[in-house]
Amino acid sequence: MTRSSFNQSERYSGVAIGLHWLLALLILGVFGVGFYMADLPFSMTRLKLFNWHKWAGMTILALSILRLLWRATHRPPADLPAPQWQLTVAHLTHWLMYALFFAVPLVGWAYSSAAGFPIVWFGVLQLPDFVPKDKALAEMIEPWHGALAWALIVLAGLHIAAALKHQFIDRDGLINRMRPGRG
Amino acid sequence: MNTASVSSKFFKTLAAGLLVLGAGAALADQKIVPAQSDISFTSRQMGVPVDGKFKKWDAQIAFDPKKPETGKVSFTIDTGSATFGAAETDAEVPKAAWFNVPKFPQATFQSSAIKAAGPGKVEVTGKLSIKGAVHDVVVPVTLTQAGATTTAAGSFTIKRLDFKIGEGEWADTSMVANDVVVKFKLAVTGVAPL
Repeated sequence: MTRSSFNQSERYSGVAIGLHWLLALLILGVFGVGFYMADLPFSMTRLKLFNWHKWAGMTILALSILRLLWRATHRPPADLPAPQWQLTVAHLTHWLMYALFFAVPLVGWAYSSAAGFPIVWFGVLQLPDFVPKDKALAEMIEPWHGALAWALIVLAGLHIAAALKHQFIDRDGLINRMRPGRG
Repeated sequence: MNTASVSSKFFKTLAAGLLVLGAGAALADQKIVPAQSDISFTSRQMGVPVDGKFKKWDAQIAFDPKKPETGKVSFTIDTGSATFGAAETDAEVPKAAWFNVPKFPQATFQSSAIKAAGPGKVEVTGKLSIKGAVHDVVVPVTLTQAGATTTAAGSFTIKRLDFKIGEGEWADTSMVANDVVVKFKLAVTGVAPL
């Protein structure tokens, strides 16, 4: 353990911490599945993975709405003293990631609708199509879903690298603010 | 060639011709308008409705709205013409687990009874044959007329496993529902007024 320079009040709230880690796992999982399934030939496995991917994506979208509402109504801990450029980059990364939490699943949803496969969440709740069924449109949307997902993963990598730098180079205990469990 | 044989041939031909004419009159020359007709189906995969249609089929119709019970309808559908609009799915359709097109290139329907079911409605009972399996189906049909065209439309549900459509791992109805909704719209000319 590194020395902890934060007290309880400087940690994120329990809900924020829970959503952070839950969404981190879901996003990495759904990205991995998406990457693997994209070029699979027609099979039972492909059908299952595509549907699981969509269910997970819609779950991420729903949880991200909750998370944004929580974030908007609960002040996060104050910034650590750091060079201004680092604070700017950190905040920009966070907000871009938030934007992508919505953009990636929404674009995926649009792609699914355009391709003629409405999303049926967990096989039960059919979600409305907000774009028409249109093959050309689907082909236009598809690369954007992938590109935005990659952008999110690259930003997440940057975010993780920064957290590790705080933990192992700065040794300032920043990670403690988002560490699961009691403060 | 002697005269008797010529006249015999002539009368045979004439008789055959009259028979055809007679049948034609009974059919009142009813013809499908392909551009306004459609046979499609919806299956559910993990809850997701997936629409497909048959691009190639033909129907013979002899129907008198005044005497529906004398009518007859038959269909011949090229199973290999089924399409979901996606090349990778369409490539699966002819395979043995699905329609097994090389062995069963056609599906057929032959009506056995047609009865009136209210104004502009009839109920067609018949035998549906797909992939070597034959089952009775009852098909509610709604009739509408516009100008010279009569449109017969409706839908009915079949159990795909009754016809072994989707065998092996695909027989799992939790993945692909057993119920398949078949929808049809037939535009026909030459039908007497309703």
